[in-house]
Amino acid sequence: MITPDTEAIVTGAPLSRRRRQLRKAGESYGFLAPTLLLLFVLMIVPIVMVIGYSFQDRAVMGASSGFVGLANYVEVLSDPGFWKATGNTLYFTGVSVAAHLVIGLTFAMLLNSTLIGVVPRAIFRALYVLPWLFTAAVIAVLWRMLLAPNGIVNFLLTTDVEWLASPQLALGTVTFVNIWAGYPFFMVSLLAGLQGIPGELNEAATVDGANGPQRFWNVTIPQLRPIIVSLLLLDFIWTSQQFALIWMTTGGGPIDVTEVLSTFTYKLAFAQYDFAVAATSAVLVLLMSMVLAVLYVRHQKARD
Amino acid sequence: MAIQRRMPRRAVMFAGLATTAATALVLSGCGSSDSGGGSDSGGDVTIEFAQWWEPELPDGEFRALIDKFEEKNPEITVDLVSGPYASTKEQLFAGAASGTMPDVVGLDGAWVNDFASQGVITDLTALMAENDYDDSELASQIKVDDKTYMIPVVNFVYPMFTNDDLLAEAGVDAPPTTREEFADAAEKITALGGDTSGWVLPLSLEAPNGVQNDVMSWVWASGGSMLKDGQPDLTNDDVTSATEFIGDLWDSGVIASGSFTMKEQDKVEEFTNGRVGMMIDSLAHINLIRETNPDLNFSISALPAEEGYEGERGIPYASWGIGVAENSENKDAAFKLVSFLMSEETNSELSTMANAFPGNTNSVPAFVEDDDLFAKAFEIYQAGYPANEFTGLPVAEELMRQLGEQLQSALDGQQSIPDALEKAQASWESEF
Repeated sequence: MITPDTEAIVTGAPLSRRRRQLRKAGESYGFLAPTLLLLFVLMIVPIVMVIGYSFQDRAVMGASSGFVGLANYVEVLSDPGFWKATGNTLYFTGVSVAAHLVIGLTFAMLLNSTLIGVVPRAIFRALYVLPWLFTAAVIAVLWRMLLAPNGIVNFLLTTDVEWLASPQLALGTVTFVNIWAGYPFFMVSLLAGLQGIPGELNEAATVDGANGPQRFWNVTIPQLRPIIVSLLLLDFIWTSQQFALIWMTTGGGPIDVTEVLSTFTYKLAFAQYDFAVAATSAVLVLLMSMVLAVLYVRHQKARD
Repeated sequence: MAIQRRMPRRAVMFAGLATTAATALVLSGCGSSDSGGGSDSGGDVTIEFAQWWEPELPDGEFRALIDKFEEKNPEITVDLVSGPYASTKEQLFAGAASGTMPDVVGLDGAWVNDFASQGVITDLTALMAENDYDDSELASQIKVDDKTYMIPVVNFVYPMFTNDDLLAEAGVDAPPTTREEFADAAEKITALGGDTSGWVLPLSLEAPNGVQNDVMSWVWASGGSMLKDGQPDLTNDDVTSATEFIGDLWDSGVIASGSFTMKEQDKVEEFTNGRVGMMIDSLAHINLIRETNPDLNFSISALPAEEGYEGERGIPYASWGIGVAENSENKDAAFKLVSFLMSEETNSELSTMANAFPGNTNSVPAFVEDDDLFAKAFEIYQAGYPANEFTGLPVAEELMRQLGEQLQSALDGQQSIPDALEKAQASWESEF
């Protein structure tokens, strides 16, 4: 226990209450300083710079760039390509997230079920979690090969469908691949949630005469709701930013049917070298993501 | 107790030191714009040379070539910065933006205009004059506004590859020399059934160079052009006729399926596996095809031209080009390296190890004498002229992508080929 007397011995002079408080605050910020500095350099500075670029013309690449106000925003928002990419992003994200939830929950319940033995359950668990182990690049190469016109999928189906190269099918196909790649995150998280539901709740519901579907809707889902809401929001944010998978499978094509906001922005920056307009598109994506991020944080706060 | 109070102070000091160190680290990282690394003591200089060539050459061979340069120029040390093509490109564009470009840079013709107009690569015409360099041996120079910014070190040409067994099976005696013969051969090969197709056309929008190598090459092979006075001219008769020819091939079903997402490596794989009869491809892939499928009986020929065309045939090519960064503090040393690589002896050696044609007109790669296919390719190369109109154009890759998108839409039946060319022309004009 530190007393004011001890303080006097150490420092040689008594400290006022105000100085003690200041020193305490200084110590806290001293500890936080490296993290705050890194946060500032690696996050705040780039974000502020990108926002700054979005109000300039010929940003980054031009010898001199000037302030152009909202001109870049008008340009991006009046570009039909941006709205096509927004629509595709909403479809890709919405379908992916919904399917991730349904498939993840189904598999989690299967793995949580006592109807199957321990060994088959372990095998299923390993199989179901497998897609999670691959990076986007591996997934893209794998599915490009599987879905090639003379690939194994067409061989098994005895068809010659151009899954990724057909303008009619490409968006659905990349969405399917993304669903395959992403459901294990839901499955693992929901499985942990399911294992945390006290058995007594189900027993009590059974005693009250609830059948399987009733127990699912009235016990399982309410118990999982906080996890489900968090997962949905996080997945919505992540999936709307998906770039590598789409870029490496279709490059945003055929024509523009799989163009999403991330590929649209990338092309502006690294194919047209128009970093100002690319920054504008990125800021618009940031604003959209922030809406979801705010919802997520509010949800987390409500849980606390 | 006293110690207890001192601990946090030490920790604060430690945190302060860590912060200072982190700041210094960040600042040193941010401030490392002096890529030249020139040293005042003794006049020795270190120059950086960023390129994607070393990883594409047999292990250690490019370094050995640079070691020779260092032996001849003991005051210069070359720091090779090697990476794959795509990351080299991104690194150079990032370096261009931040003024930290390496002294000597490997360049693709498609980047030159963007770098030159940004003022980040130096005017080699002036540098050559300063160094009394005789440029008469250079096979070509890539210019913007009449000033040279890139010198092609080696060139990879794109002739037509034919699977001769498939041609024979389809009853075609010799590789086609005209578009009509090509269409006929493609139909006969496709008629063999199974997975076999006559031709393969990669139109991926991720890497849209198929538009250059597999589409526009038909225009150049008959002496046509997609430009007029340096401006886009996509709606002229030559481009229209070549594109409509491709449209007809598409409609007759002789093109391997999956075109819209197919990339160059997919094309080579289809040919190597014996599933397509003909493709337009880089000589750089000959060894790969031989290693992957030693039984494949294939040959190379000039690209078929329009019926009755007697002039020289343009043959598409891609280059490993070289340039010097404007921000380099050691431009003279950098130019010594450029002239070393372009010298007759070194250029012969480099083109031999790369299986490419030399950028020095006096150099002769050894493979031309050792290998029939390369000898044939050299003949085709000498009989025609290297053609790549995308070289030196602004946002060249984006131009390919824009045309690729319109072509995909036309081949999918959503618009006519003339409409596709008109729309591409409009979008190209806005980029020039």
